[in-house]
Amino acid sequence: MGKSEPAVAGAAGTSGGSVDRHPLRKSPSAGGGSGRQEFIFAVQDMHCAACISAVENSLSKFPGVVSARVNLTHRRVMVEAIGGTDACALVRQIEQVGYSARRLDASVVDFVSTDPETQELLVRLGVAGFGFANVMIFSVVIWSGAEGTTRDLMHWLSALVAVPITCYSAQPFLFSALRSLRRFRLNMDVPISLAILLAAGHSLFETALGGQHAYFEAALALTFFLLAGRYLDLHTRSSARSAAQQLSALEPDQVTVKGTHGEREAPLSSVHKGQVIVVRAGDRIPLDGTVRSGSSDVDNSFLTGESRPVPATVGSAVAAGQFVHTGRLEVEVACTGEDSSLRKLIRLIHLAESAKSSYTGLAERAASVYAPAVHLLALAGFSVWMYQTGDVRLSMNIAVAVLIITCPCALGLAVPAVSTATVGRLFRSQLLIKDSDALERLAEVRTTVLDKTGTLTMNVPSLDNSKNIDDEAWSVAGALAGASRHPYARAIHEHVQGRGIEVAEVRDVVERPGLGVAGVWKGNQVKLGRAGWVGTKDNYGTATFLRLDSERIVAFRFVDQLRSGVQECVEELHSLGSEVILLSGDADRAVREMATRLNVRQWHAEALPEDKLDMIRKYTMRGGSTLMVGDGLNDAAALALADVSIAPSSAIDATRVSAGIVLVGGDLKRIPEGIKLARLAKRRILENFAIAACYNAVAVPLALAGIATPLMAAIAMSTSSIAVTLNSMRMR
Amino acid sequence: MESIVPLIGVTLLVGLVWLAVMAWAIRTRQYSDPKGDAERILRTDYDDTPQ
Repeated sequence: MGKSEPAVAGAAGTSGGSVDRHPLRKSPSAGGGSGRQEFIFAVQDMHCAACISAVENSLSKFPGVVSARVNLTHRRVMVEAIGGTDACALVRQIEQVGYSARRLDASVVDFVSTDPETQELLVRLGVAGFGFANVMIFSVVIWSGAEGTTRDLMHWLSALVAVPITCYSAQPFLFSALRSLRRFRLNMDVPISLAILLAAGHSLFETALGGQHAYFEAALALTFFLLAGRYLDLHTRSSARSAAQQLSALEPDQVTVKGTHGEREAPLSSVHKGQVIVVRAGDRIPLDGTVRSGSSDVDNSFLTGESRPVPATVGSAVAAGQFVHTGRLEVEVACTGEDSSLRKLIRLIHLAESAKSSYTGLAERAASVYAPAVHLLALAGFSVWMYQTGDVRLSMNIAVAVLIITCPCALGLAVPAVSTATVGRLFRSQLLIKDSDALERLAEVRTTVLDKTGTLTMNVPSLDNSKNIDDEAWSVAGALAGASRHPYARAIHEHVQGRGIEVAEVRDVVERPGLGVAGVWKGNQVKLGRAGWVGTKDNYGTATFLRLDSERIVAFRFVDQLRSGVQECVEELHSLGSEVILLSGDADRAVREMATRLNVRQWHAEALPEDKLDMIRKYTMRGGSTLMVGDGLNDAAALALADVSIAPSSAIDATRVSAGIVLVGGDLKRIPEGIKLARLAKRRILENFAIAACYNAVAVPLALAGIATPLMAAIAMSTSSIAVTLNSMRMR
Repeated sequence: MESIVPLIGVTLLVGLVWLAVMAWAIRTRQYSDPKGDAERILRTDYDDTPQ
């Protein structure tokens, strides 16, 4: 909190904005007076000391770089450079030493993402630990049988340490309880605060009167154990937040604008209607517009789910988010800002996010029962003893003992300890949990909705009729295909290379973006490309054609290549009791074929983003948790609305941002594995609650009977906390 | 009894020193890159710019 400022395109990377967050760095001129810039790059494949050296040394040698520092924990490198240094050149410099780098928006991510809140909590935890250890030393003296003046001295010394430390360390609970009470609600922090305050206050009162029992060590033990739980919880959330920040920082912020003085890089936000932008092969179109010059094949799969590349020539309308496979396009911007199709989709995502059902976690549900029960029990204890003996001090002692013993020390640890261990284990299983409640919702999945293109398939076409094509056709097609970046051409080229077929000698090979590749072979013109261009009719829909001469035209038919583990994923989901539904923007026939192939009974084709949203709304209303797995921009709104959502890491940035979980590798088998782990985690949490309940069942009657001593409270509290932590560790 | 009093003082002092060192370490971001620090310690080239 606090640090996630809005991304300001254009302001990214300037030194002025982030000076405060890096107090130790050489001052890079506040306000940017000397014109220094800071860049942050995500370099995912660094993993050892040699990687650190290679990246840092390579960047340090680059002209204009003042310093380069790798943070291996977050796989980032921060570069400080003089003004005017080109970020793209720095990316190339990193790529030269064998690492892939992506620039992050420095106004969105922090280089060292230990946020102030986590740091503050760590200090409070340390202080509480110090106090707890010291007061325990004094308490041991009392428990060993110290009497009279010695006991009083130890009580006073304990008070000296415990009172200021409790006041400082317990603040997060005290303020949270106060906020909750102001809204007339009882959260877990109310009994916690009451127990801590009563333990410290009552002990001070007893010490002043020279009493026998003081609970200073209990006040500190409660604070320490509960802060540990809170720290684990915050740590899990902040790692999730850091992952989300990294994803949102990957939004493209620079575009190439063509002006009267040639081409220049400009921030995306500064581009206005009527300007001409340049998009090259391998880039995504940043804004809606009309092609003014050039031709290409563009891939619409992220927007519509339609996997087939379509031609874009002069006059074609193109939309933000489309991927340019070949050639180079000059696009006249038709609309910017709120009117663009990308923005419309993003608005839909926000709408879906606000409509998402709120989730009450297990901890909150436990607290809503526990908090009133504890207070009533303490009140009952006080009333009964008061009625029986008429002794206020004794009755107060009983009530305090009940509150201390029932304080949800183990309950405070029950959920965060399991969550932290599970999130770590899921990350090793390639599932990155971004939303804090995604883990608990994943355990309750009853319906799984799968997108087709890009999720079940890899957006990489594979040849369907390779056995029917002769070697001569392969060798010519291979020679032509090598000259293009079109996905079909690449598939043909890889097939020819894989089979070791010798490539034919084709001269004058030239690519005609949007049409295909032409060349001269044995004196004849040969073409590989669209049906109309080579002079035939396309009966398949997803095919490319090779024209060897006027009589011989060979069709290369493609099907979408399935991701690894798709079949197993669907089978496992069925066996886990989840209903599986296929939901795609692709054509009816393609979706039906896929559904039959995977043995999925329910499927919907040609679904627009709004349709997907409606479907998800319908499934979430049926009860149980709905899991949506998708990668396209057309899935983003549905992902945001679903109870829990997973996007593969190959998905477009906006989609990964709206998904609660990111699948880091491409293996879909990880999804049912994740569900199983989440269910196991839920079982562990419930076991932890059971441990806490058992402990209370034994300790509370003792406290109510008036035979609980501070020593018993300390032992019981520590034992239950350790038991809960050890049980949680089984998740690792 | 007399011998306990100075010992208590020493205990508190040692605890406070430990506390101050911990606060300093957290404030100066000594824990911001534990993986990187673990690897850097094995390097031969001198590195005098801790994060």
